[in-house]
Amino acid sequence: MKKERAYIWMAVPALIIFFVFHTYPALQGIFYSFTDWKGYGDWNFVGFKNYLNVFQDDRAGSAYLFTFKFAIVSTILVNIFSLFIAVGLNTKIKFQKTLRAVYFLPNILSILIVGYIFNFIFAHFLPQIADSLGITALSKNILGNPDLAWIGIVIVAVWQAVAFNTILYLAGLATISEDLYEAASIDGAGAWKKFWKITFPMIAPFFTINMVLAMKNFLMVFDHIIALTGGGPGQATESISLLIYRGGFQGGEFAYQSANAVIYFIVILVVSVVQIKILQRREVQA
Amino acid sequence: MFGKRINWPVTVLLMLGSLLILFPLYLTITIALKTPKELANSLWALPKEWKWQNFLDAIELTNFFSALTNSLIITVSVVILTLLTNSLVAYAIARNMHKRFYKFLFYYFVSAMFIPFPIIMLPIVKQTSNWGMDNLTGLIFLYIVYGLAFNVFIYVGYIKSIPLELEDAAIIDGATRWQVFWRVIFPLLMPMNATVGILTTLWAWNDFMLPLIILSDPDLATLPLVQYIFQSQFSTDYNLAFASYLMALAPMVIVYIFAQKWIISGVMKGSLK
Repeated sequence: MKKERAYIWMAVPALIIFFVFHTYPALQGIFYSFTDWKGYGDWNFVGFKNYLNVFQDDRAGSAYLFTFKFAIVSTILVNIFSLFIAVGLNTKIKFQKTLRAVYFLPNILSILIVGYIFNFIFAHFLPQIADSLGITALSKNILGNPDLAWIGIVIVAVWQAVAFNTILYLAGLATISEDLYEAASIDGAGAWKKFWKITFPMIAPFFTINMVLAMKNFLMVFDHIIALTGGGPGQATESISLLIYRGGFQGGEFAYQSANAVIYFIVILVVSVVQIKILQRREVQA
Repeated sequence: MFGKRINWPVTVLLMLGSLLILFPLYLTITIALKTPKELANSLWALPKEWKWQNFLDAIELTNFFSALTNSLIITVSVVILTLLTNSLVAYAIARNMHKRFYKFLFYYFVSAMFIPFPIIMLPIVKQTSNWGMDNLTGLIFLYIVYGLAFNVFIYVGYIKSIPLELEDAAIIDGATRWQVFWRVIFPLLMPMNATVGILTTLWAWNDFMLPLIILSDPDLATLPLVQYIFQSQFSTDYNLAFASYLMALAPMVIVYIFAQKWIISGVMKGSLK
């Protein structure tokens, strides 16, 4: 009986603290989403009015569109690049350890600061090169163009995120036995066939994890945008997180953005679950 | 693997690819050391005369050492306290997973990984400022609490693989449950502690959003937050800005250069769980 009590003392304080600082604020957010609270002063219940308004809000609509466009493109690119880099790093190459260290480097850097550095590259470096090469299409800062700014954010996001996903894929590749490749070689399979018939099916679970994690992280994009565009030009690159932050803290839309955050939560949950279901089905077939 | 010949085409491709990673860093270093005039002449050339003054100006403008101290205090406290508390919670859960309450606890903590931060963001700012927690102590506390979701997940997986016999022997020798944890289990957790420690360091050191919303006093700003606060003052002087970026990135890069093998394998282990 005595040791039972020790376990309770180890776990229950954590439960209480976690509830008070994580679950309780989340519940509060849900509660306020049904009110008209501005973040200060009085409030009244307004039912589902905030939710209906979010659905009719053009600014929220464009934030969702931008965030999804950005997240889908970045997720696909990150997974393509990191898979190929991981396969490359896993073959017998010179300077393997150094190259591995270089490719992981972006993961240890602050996204905000990396974003500021790339901001300079897009604003000054690329236009100057494009100018000297006579490529007029690229001689202006793409971050200043409402149609192209999102591409700049994708580039920075991919540059940074490839590092972590490569490491995950390398962990996956390490689980594949060399015998499989030798057997395939004896059967006369080429490098490409070996990749599609052995490597890719064997790391399918890592592919699932990478796709889900990358998508979830990119849907929450915030730091990149603060550093690169601040949501602009206009509101062309305003992500959902940024909209909730701005509207909630600076726009007096505490309750309204709480409703947006609840919708956002449901969206992320649904996307993650659907992704896991689809990708796991593929795993079984493979 | 051994006996196979070195694949040179892949080596060359990867080396070319790594330039994409190294070039922005090269730019950062060289720009940080140039004068505005030299920068205007050529964006990528090496500086002719190294202008160390940029660093001194950046230190003064951004109050660099104050930010560095804040970042260090936060990261060191968060990592130590996370290792001590999160592993303890995970231990209690891992050893009682057959009981309904602890099983619930496990899923309760782990499911929090799927809750996007913005849903908590607005209320937690009210809560922390009302409770006088809009300072470094509050921030450290929140990192430790929010780390639980992921850390419980990876600690529990690892603790389950530690045989119970070791603990039973210690209990028979008269050790309490607490002694068992600190003397037997915690030392055995070292590989997982390394992983949790590395991931927590990267998170607490580089995080921008939580300091941005929690800290109200600019003197408490962390290194990333300082770059944000001073962005408007940098806008005319890129050399100064890059000197500041470089100083903010440097501590982590230096640690990484010496411990990269360890850091990479730590992150890898965390991802395999």
